[in-house]
Amino acid sequence: MPKRRTYLLSIGAAAIAATTLTVAACGGDDDDDGGSSDLSGTIVIDGSSTVAPLSEAAAELFQDENPGVRVTVGTSGTGGGFEKFCRGEIDISDASRQIKDEEIEACESNNITFEELDVANDALSVILNPSNDFATCLTTDQLNTIWKPGSDVNNWNQVDPSFPDLKLSLFGPGTDSGTFDFFTDVINGEEGAQRTDYNNIGEDDNAAVTGVAGSEGGMGYLGYSFFSENEGTIIAAEIDGGEGCVAPSPDTAQDGTYAPLGRQLFIYPSGEALQKPEVQAFVEFYINNNDEIAERASVIALNDEQKEEALAKVEALVSGEVSEDTSTS
Amino acid sequence: MGTLRRSQQGTVDAAGAAVRQGLTGDGSRVEPIKGYIFVGFLVLSIVLGIAMLLTLVVDSIIEGAPFLRWNPLVTGVPSSIPSEAGLWVAIVGTFWVIGLMIITVVPLAVGAAIYLEEYADGDRWYNRAIELNIQNLAAVPSIVFGILGLGMIVRGGLSLGPVVYAGSLTLALLVLPTVILASREALRAVPPSHRLGAMALGSTKWQAIWRNVLPAAIPGIATGSILATARAIGETAPLLLIGATVFITFTPEGPLSEGYTTLPVQIFSWATRPQEEFRTLSAASIVVLLAVLLIINAFAIWIRNHYTKKQQA
Repeated sequence: MPKRRTYLLSIGAAAIAATTLTVAACGGDDDDDGGSSDLSGTIVIDGSSTVAPLSEAAAELFQDENPGVRVTVGTSGTGGGFEKFCRGEIDISDASRQIKDEEIEACESNNITFEELDVANDALSVILNPSNDFATCLTTDQLNTIWKPGSDVNNWNQVDPSFPDLKLSLFGPGTDSGTFDFFTDVINGEEGAQRTDYNNIGEDDNAAVTGVAGSEGGMGYLGYSFFSENEGTIIAAEIDGGEGCVAPSPDTAQDGTYAPLGRQLFIYPSGEALQKPEVQAFVEFYINNNDEIAERASVIALNDEQKEEALAKVEALVSGEVSEDTSTS
Repeated sequence: MGTLRRSQQGTVDAAGAAVRQGLTGDGSRVEPIKGYIFVGFLVLSIVLGIAMLLTLVVDSIIEGAPFLRWNPLVTGVPSSIPSEAGLWVAIVGTFWVIGLMIITVVPLAVGAAIYLEEYADGDRWYNRAIELNIQNLAAVPSIVFGILGLGMIVRGGLSLGPVVYAGSLTLALLVLPTVILASREALRAVPPSHRLGAMALGSTKWQAIWRNVLPAAIPGIATGSILATARAIGETAPLLLIGATVFITFTPEGPLSEGYTTLPVQIFSWATRPQEEFRTLSAASIVVLLAVLLIINAFAIWIRNHYTKKQQA
C-alpha cells in the first residue's frame, strides 16, 4: 500500500505549496524600477516607540524618492534599541532620551561609534481628567511629591491643602520607556527612581488616556501627541518649573519655555552606517524635510535654530569632516 | 503514571455515561429534570462562547468600517497616512511565519508523542521528568519564549539573526507542548487492537505505528495543530522581542531573509498610536486577521476531513 505512506509527506508538501504560492503571488509587487536615484541597500532602524512614527514617515517619503532603498522600523523601546545598536545589529537607533553612560560603554566595547541628531521636539504632558478644575498649574515640586520613590500621597489634598478631598489615581509608562527615564530624571532627580504603586500602562500610552479620562482624580504623563490628539477627553496641566506656569504646546516646546518637561527626540546613526551612501542620504533627508515628516507623525518639528544646527552637522558628517565627537559625554 | 492514566480513563468513561444518560434521559437512576438542566447548561456554555466571539467580530467590523476596503487595506503597504495604509506585507509575513512553524512543529511534536506513547516506559524517572516538563511548558507565558528565542535563536546558539525562520522557530517552541499533548491524546485514542492486529499479521512495531496507528490518529493531530496555529497566529510579544518590525514595505524572499512583520504586530503598533484613525485602522485589521486565521484553519480542517474519509472508505 504505497499510497498510505505518502500521507504525511503530502501534508508537508501542501504546506510548502501554500507558502510558495503566496510568495509567487506577491513577487510582482515589489519591483523597484522607475526611481529617481540609484541608491540601494537596506537601512535598519529600531528603538523608541515615540520616535517610530517620525522615522516611519521619514522612511515612507524617502522610499518614494529612492525606491531602491529598503527601510525597516522596529519598536523595541529606547533602551532595547540602544542594546541592539551597541551590538551592531541595527543602523540607526531611535531615542526619546539621550544615550546613557553605560550604553556608551557597551557601544565602545563593541567598537560602535555613533552620532546624535535632534529630529523633533516634544512637550511631555501631565494629563488630568477634564473635571479637574483645581490643579490647573502644578509645580515640579508638587510633581515630585506625588511621584517620588516611596511617596504615600494618594489624595489630592495631600498635594496642596487647597485641593479637594479626591482620590488620586496615577498612570505612568513602563520602565523600558524613554518617557519614564526622562520624567524620573527631571522630576525625581534620578533616572528610574519613581514610586512603584501606580498603574503601569507599559508601552500603550492610549491606556493612560483611557485611565485618566475614566477617573476623576486621575493623573498621568505622556508625549505631547497623545495629549493633543485626545484634547477634551483629557486636559493637560500647566507646569511651573520656577519661572511661572507654562502650558505644553508646539510653541513652548520649540522656544524652550516649557521647562523642564520639554525634550528633544533623537536618532543615533552608527559611524559604520554613515559610511553607506544610502544612510547618508536618508539622514540628510530626515533633517531637510523635517517639517513635513513631523506633521505627518503629529510630532512637534525642530525650530529654525535646531534645524540649522542639525543640517550643519549632517553636512559635516556626509563630507566626512566630523566623527565620533559624541563618544564621551 | 500507568495507574493514574487508568483512573483518568475511568473518570472519562463515567462522565461519558453520565452525559449520555443526562442527554437522552433514559438513565434508570437519573430523573429527566436533571437531564434538562444539564442540557440547558451545555447550551448556555456554547451560547456564551459564541456571543463573546460575535461581540468581538461585530465590534471590530463596526469600528473598522471606514477602512474595510480591499484596496489599500489588504493590498497596500504600511503608511503614516492611515487611509493609505495596508496589510499586504503583514499578511504575507504571517503566512511565512505560520507556514514554516507548522512544517517545523508537526514532525517534532508527532515524533515526541510517538516516543512517549508507544515506546517510552512510563515508570522510568527520565520519561516522567519529560512528561512533567512538557505539561509545565504548556503554561509558560509567551514572552519567556521570546526571550529564549532572542538568546538562543536570533543570537547565541543558532545566531540566525532577525530572520523569518527565527520567528517561526520561536513560535514552534511556544506551541510544541500543546501539539505534543494533543498528538498523544490522539495516539492514545487508537484502540490497542489496531496495533495487536497489525503485529499479529507479521508487521513490526514501527510498521504497525506508521501504517495503522498514525493514519488513525491524524484527525486528532490535525485538531491539535489547528488549536496551536490559532494561538501562534495571535502572538505579538515574542515576535516584537526577536525582531519583527512595525514599518516595512517589502515581503520576505525566503525563510532566512531579514525584515518581516506579522498581522498582530502591525495591529499592536497601530492600536498604540495617538491618532484616532490609526485605532480605526487597527480595528479593520483585526477583521483581516480573523479572515486569515479562518483561511489557514479551513485548510487544516480540509486535510483532517480528507484523512477521516479515507479511513472510513
